[in-house]
Amino acid sequence: MSSPAPVYATVDVEGVRQALAGLARDVREAVGEIAVHVDRGNLIATMNLLRDAHEYQQLMEIAGVDYPDRAERFEVVYCLLSVTRNHRIRVHVSTDEVQPVPSVTGIWPVAGWLEREVYDMYGVLFSGNADLRRILTDYGFRGHPQRKDFPLTGYVELRYSEEAKRVVYEPVQLAQDFRTFDFMSPWEGAEYVLPGDEKVAQPEAKGAPTPLKADEIAKADAKLAADKVSVDKPKTTEKPADTGAGAAANAEAVKKTRAPRKPGADKDSVSQDSAPAKAPATRKPRAKKGDA
Amino acid sequence: MADVIDEMLGKTDAADPTTGDVAIQNYTINFGPQHPAAHGVLRLVMELDGEIVERVDPHIGLLHRGTEKLIEYKTYLQALPYFDRLDYCSPLCMEHSYVLAIEKLLDMEVPLRAQYLRVFFAELTRISNHMLNLGSHVMDVGAMTPNLWLFEIREDCLNFFERASGARMHSAYFRPGGVHQDVPLKLLTDIADWLDTRLPRLFEDAISLVADNRIFKQRNVDIAVVSKDDALKWGFSGPMIRGSGIPWDLRKSQPYEVYDRMNFEVPVGTRGDCYDRFMVRVEEVRQSARIMKQCLNEMPDGPIASFDRKVVPPKRAEMKRSMEALIHHFKLYTEGFHVPAGEVYVATESPKGEFGVYLVSDGSNKPYRCKIRPTAFSHLQAMDFMMKGHMLADTTAVLGAMDIVFGECDR
Repeated sequence: MSSPAPVYATVDVEGVRQALAGLARDVREAVGEIAVHVDRGNLIATMNLLRDAHEYQQLMEIAGVDYPDRAERFEVVYCLLSVTRNHRIRVHVSTDEVQPVPSVTGIWPVAGWLEREVYDMYGVLFSGNADLRRILTDYGFRGHPQRKDFPLTGYVELRYSEEAKRVVYEPVQLAQDFRTFDFMSPWEGAEYVLPGDEKVAQPEAKGAPTPLKADEIAKADAKLAADKVSVDKPKTTEKPADTGAGAAANAEAVKKTRAPRKPGADKDSVSQDSAPAKAPATRKPRAKKGDA
Repeated sequence: MADVIDEMLGKTDAADPTTGDVAIQNYTINFGPQHPAAHGVLRLVMELDGEIVERVDPHIGLLHRGTEKLIEYKTYLQALPYFDRLDYCSPLCMEHSYVLAIEKLLDMEVPLRAQYLRVFFAELTRISNHMLNLGSHVMDVGAMTPNLWLFEIREDCLNFFERASGARMHSAYFRPGGVHQDVPLKLLTDIADWLDTRLPRLFEDAISLVADNRIFKQRNVDIAVVSKDDALKWGFSGPMIRGSGIPWDLRKSQPYEVYDRMNFEVPVGTRGDCYDRFMVRVEEVRQSARIMKQCLNEMPDGPIASFDRKVVPPKRAEMKRSMEALIHHFKLYTEGFHVPAGEVYVATESPKGEFGVYLVSDGSNKPYRCKIRPTAFSHLQAMDFMMKGHMLADTTAVLGAMDIVFGECDR
C-alpha cells in the first residue's frame, strides 16, 4: 500500500477462513481489507464468535448497499473493530425487501440505531430489534430514500402555508427539469468490451478507467516491481539457439533466398516487383529523353 | 363509587397514598428541537420523575439533507465539499477520511509535503473544534467568560483556514492526491508565532478559570459515568472512549499520513465522567499544538499534490503552455477520474471520534455508495443509559461533554 491510509495490523486471510469454517460462505481480502460473507442464518453465530473468541469488541458501523441487479438486492455490511488486536474486519450479509436479517442488538447495543438507519434508508427488516422506527427521515415519511430506484428529488416537498397556518406537503414540482450529466466518454464509459480490450491488463494511469478491481491493480504493481528486481541470466548470444532461431517451419522457409540486387537497379525499380528484370533498362533512356 | 366519595370528603387511605394526596406520576417533556444547549436541532423526549430523568429518547434527523444520496450523483471531486458540511465545526477532518478512502482505492501516493500539510491543518481543525466544544460546554453549565476567550482562538483558526484555502469554514482544501494549493510561508510563520504566544496565553487563562472551579466540578464530576465495558459495547470513540480510560487513538494505533512520525501523548480519563471528557479535550488541544510545531519543524519543500494527471488537475499556469494539461483539466472537471471497483472502510480520528467512510466503487467516476459513519450516532444513542437517574439540569452537561454536531449526526 503506497497510499497514506490508516495502517493497522495485518491478519492472515487463511487464518480467518479457518476460524470461520462452516460459518462463512466466503472470506475475501481486497485492498488490504478482509470481508467475510455469511448467510443470514449464520450471522449471530459469526458475530458472537468474532466478538468472544477473536476480540472484535466494537461494532463501528452498519452500512446498507443496494444492488438492484442481484436476486437479493440489499447487502448489509457490519464493520467491526478490535481494539486489542488493532484490526478491522467487515461482515457482509445479503437480503431483500421481505426477508429479515437477525438483529445484533443483543451482542452490541449500539446496533439499535445503526439498524434503524438501514431500515429507514433501505427498508431492510431486522428481526429482534425492539425499536425499529424510522430515524433520519421525517415523521410519516414514505419510501426508503437510499434505494437506487428512489429519485434524488424525492416525491413530496413541504412548505409553510400562510392560508392553512401550518406546514403542508405537496407533490414535488421542479421549476427546471432534473438534469444529470453523463460525462463518460462514449469509448471509455461503454458497457461492452471491444475485442482486444481484455488484453489491457493495467490501466494507463491511476484514475484512468479500467475494468480491473482495486486490489488487482495493487497486486499488478507489486508484480511489476518484483519483475524489475534482478536478471540473473546475462543477455548474450553465444550460440544460434540464443538468437531465437528455431527449426524451419516448412519447405518454403528452407529455400535459398534470392541474391540481393545491385544498388543501381534497386533505385529505379519503383514498385513493380512482378515486372521483368529488363524493364528498367528499357525505360531508362526514355526518361532521359523526357529530361532533355 | 365509594372511593370517589372518599376522595370528595378528603378521606385518605394508608394503603393507597395517592387518594386525596398529590398524585405523583412521571411526565414527559420535550427538550428541543430548538434549545440553545441542544447544540443544533435535537429533540429529546424525556420522561421525568420530578426532576430525575427516567428515560431519554433522542429524536434526530431534523437536519437530514440526504448527503449520502447526493454523493452518489456527483463525481468523486464534486462530492468532496459535502464533507465540509457534515461536521461544520471540524470540516477538514471530515474531508480527511474521504480523500484517504479514495486514495486507498486508487492506491495512490501522496507527496510528503502534502501529508504534512494535511496533518498540520487537521490538528488546527482539532483545536478549533475543541475551542467551540469546550467553550459551549462551560457555558452550558453556567460560566460565560471562558467561552468568549475560546472564541477568540477559534476566530484565529478560521482566519488561518481562510488564508490557506480561501474559505473560513467550508475549505475543500484536502483533495484526492494532495491538497488544493500550497500555503504561503508567511502563514506558516504566523501560525508558529500564534502557537507560541497567543494560543497558550488565551487557552490556559480560560481553562484555569474552570478546571479547578468548584461549581464547574459540581456540575461535571460523577455525571454520566461510562465504564470501559459500556464504552466498547456502545461503539464509543475519540474523547468519549478515552474519557472512560481506554487509550485508543487512531492517530496512534492506526497511523495515517505522517502521524507515525509525530511525538504526542494520548490523554485518558480515570473515572469516565463528564469532567474527564472535558479534561481529555483540554489536553488534546495542547497535544495538537505540539504536533503542529513538529510539522512546522519537519515539513519538507516539494510538491503539494501528486503529479498523476489522471487524478490531480494541473495548475492554471501549466494549462497556458501545455495542450495536454488543458485536456486533463477539462476531463477532470467534467468527467472526473475513475476509481477502480472495490470497497474500503477508512476511519480517521476526527476531533469527535472515529469518523469513517465506507466507500463502494463500481469503477465509474461516481461513488456507488458512500456510507458515512458519524461519531455522534453511537454517542447520542448512549444518552439514554448515561442520563438515567440524573437531574434534568445535567442534560446540558452530558450533551456538552459528548460534543454533538448535527450536521454530522443527521447527514
